[in-house]
Amino acid sequence: MKEEVIIAGFGGQGVLTMGMVLAYAGMVEGKEVSWMPSYGPEMRGGTANCIAIISDEPVSSPIITQYDTAVILNQPSLEKFESRVKPGGLLLYESNNILQPPTRTDLTCQSIPAAVEASNLDNSRVLNMVMLGAFLAHRPILDITSIRAGLKQVLPERYHHLLSINEEAIRRGQELAQQEVEA
Amino acid sequence: MTQLESELKLKRDGYEVVYQRPHTLVDVPNRYCPGCGHSVVHRVLMEVVEEMNIQSETIGVAPVGCTVFAYDYLDVDMQGAAHGRATAVATGIKRMLPDKFVFTYQGDGDLAAIGTAETIHTANRGENILIIFINNGIYGMTGGQMAPTTILGATTSTSPAGRSLELHGHPLKITELIAQLPGAAYVTRQSVHKPGNVRKFKKALLKSLQLQRDKAGLCLIEVVSNCPSNWKMTPIESNRWMEENIMPEYPLGDLKVPSTKES
Amino acid sequence: MGETVLMKGNEALAKAAILAGCDGYFGYPITPQSEILEYISRELPKAGGVMIQAESELAAINMVYGAAGAGARVMTSSSSPGISLMQEGISYLASAELPCLVVNVNRGGPGLGTIQPSQSDYFQATRGGGHGDYRTIVLAPASVQEMADFTYLAFDLADKYRMPVMILADGALGQMMEKVTFPDYDPDEHKLPKPWATVGKPPDRERNIITSLYIEPEHMEEINLKLQQKYRQIEQEEVRWEEIETGDADIILVAFGLAARISRKVIELARESGLRVGLLQPVSLYPFPSPRLHQLASQAQLMLTVEMNAGQMVEDVRLAVAGQTRVEFYGRTGGMIPAPEEVWEYLNQLLENNTSGTGQPVARNMEGAQP
Repeated sequence: MKEEVIIAGFGGQGVLTMGMVLAYAGMVEGKEVSWMPSYGPEMRGGTANCIAIISDEPVSSPIITQYDTAVILNQPSLEKFESRVKPGGLLLYESNNILQPPTRTDLTCQSIPAAVEASNLDNSRVLNMVMLGAFLAHRPILDITSIRAGLKQVLPERYHHLLSINEEAIRRGQELAQQEVEA
Repeated sequence: MTQLESELKLKRDGYEVVYQRPHTLVDVPNRYCPGCGHSVVHRVLMEVVEEMNIQSETIGVAPVGCTVFAYDYLDVDMQGAAHGRATAVATGIKRMLPDKFVFTYQGDGDLAAIGTAETIHTANRGENILIIFINNGIYGMTGGQMAPTTILGATTSTSPAGRSLELHGHPLKITELIAQLPGAAYVTRQSVHKPGNVRKFKKALLKSLQLQRDKAGLCLIEVVSNCPSNWKMTPIESNRWMEENIMPEYPLGDLKVPSTKES
Repeated sequence: MGETVLMKGNEALAKAAILAGCDGYFGYPITPQSEILEYISRELPKAGGVMIQAESELAAINMVYGAAGAGARVMTSSSSPGISLMQEGISYLASAELPCLVVNVNRGGPGLGTIQPSQSDYFQATRGGGHGDYRTIVLAPASVQEMADFTYLAFDLADKYRMPVMILADGALGQMMEKVTFPDYDPDEHKLPKPWATVGKPPDRERNIITSLYIEPEHMEEINLKLQQKYRQIEQEEVRWEEIETGDADIILVAFGLAARISRKVIELARESGLRVGLLQPVSLYPFPSPRLHQLASQAQLMLTVEMNAGQMVEDVRLAVAGQTRVEFYGRTGGMIPAPEEVWEYLNQLLENNTSGTGQPVARNMEGAQP
């Protein structure tokens, strides 16, 4: 198993956190992992992205340009990364933030209404966890208990009272994507 | 004959030794010019180290300048620092060995030109070190160029028409600057050109090292001094010129003393 | 062995430094290595060490000098422009034979440059960097685990040879997270006695003097010969490298640090296509694994160095190979990272055309890799 994921959006959308949860969860399961963030001035309000790789084998390059999966949270990132998803790969994008949907037909593409779902949960900041849930529905590579453990590691302790709402967001994301997976 | 052997011989011959080189001053001829203040400052510093019995606890930092070879004369563990960085080096030593006595010995170019940032920040951190700052208003080792402390009008090899306010700016009174910083505990300006002044300088040294023992903060002793060779004067002329021209610009005395509560 | 954790490269290095018994850290903030200072300022005092944020890199490296001279295990870290500022001090440390660790988390230059990762300080690092005839041992980690492992190693080598040891990383290695396990390491078993240190002169020994000033040229020459003798010993005993699939390889990539990770991906692509490609990854950049490269050159029809600079290590590879085989270069500069696919494509071009490459860094409208 090897899953190479790019997660991209605006700074503040929880892009880096989502990748970090994946990497932690992979580590919990004894897999080889790497997490490579974009860094620099653009982190503050501009575009942000990270590459998370989870693999049974040692990770060769933590920096890659072709991805199994892209999780896209804004329009500029879709324009940048759509062409870089491997044929047959997965492209998940956030419905409210993407006005011009992807055009490729050789991918599994799904629009996830994560923003709406997050506001239904009264916390817009769990948008990333809805996307994570959707990803896990399509790619059940990690156990939900490992994801929970990762979440606990990544969320600073002062936010641990929000663990359950984050877990709920993951569950909602899974459900949203499940329909597509089953279809 | 070593110093010790000669002392023993004198005693055997029935003489009493009333004045001698401190044992903490290495028994070699120094390379300072005749009449220069450095040798007096070295000697008095080592007298104090000997009297306080802290030779084994003292680490000195030699700068770049005429005293670059200070470790040839001062019989304590010493490090030679890059030009201007003596107080950074001293910070490194003191932070690793907080209970030892650490001093730097710096000239005006080292302390007040290339090392200004280190000087200010070391003082501002309140490092428990002693800075001995020799201000003779000239670059001695490199052959008599203008220093940041050179007084207006003074001719040097790089201010041949005299230091000009328009071109070079004011003489830098860095000791006054340091005195304003809360990290500085004791800041004083002394000289060693007369016996009375030497005694006052010695008292300042003693006080500084006692304050260092109490971890009171930074101590800085500026010594207004001469440079007969580069001023192109005899030692006596240079001391007179110093009194008449330099000391009005850099008046002697304490600029900052710890309040009695602190000391 | 301790537990396995997920950490950023910079933090793993900082944690390893503390576990290695670092007594003092002196540094100045600069991206992309500020996590090292931040971690150390939070954690080192708890371990009984001292962290001073200096007023400049100049002050920082000279604090390192003073503290190293006082016999302590000390370090600094910075990124390219800051390392340039430190070069005078590193030269003094080398001459005065003081042990310390200097970490350069390389960013793209020249000048203020960019904060993105680069290997453009290879020349500066491997040639000493400052003035005078000296070298520093240079270790190039390629993973978060190595960011930690080489920190212990660097401190030990610094003590052993009484010299500054540099870890040359880059911004990506500093910022990325991977698994890391910290070894069992007792600093007291590793720290060597330092009878030369200035700690205060007891009555029963001569004073210790730490200096780099030897005004008589005969004396200075003597010091230089002694330093050179040390460097020859290091070239014999401390060469480190890794090889990936070189056994049957007739094409050998040569790359260090992040570029070596990228090259491993290139090998995957090449092997899938049936090409016998391997990798020699210098781990110590000084001393450089020249003897091994010389050996490998006899089996290779092509050596391709992959670098994040305009072609620096390739000069050392050419010197080592000494004309035995074709040596080519692929590189990106200015903080751009070569994508594995573009290296692979370039390798194919070289093989198809069987003509020499330009030897120039590439632009070719390549988007490069993320970030």
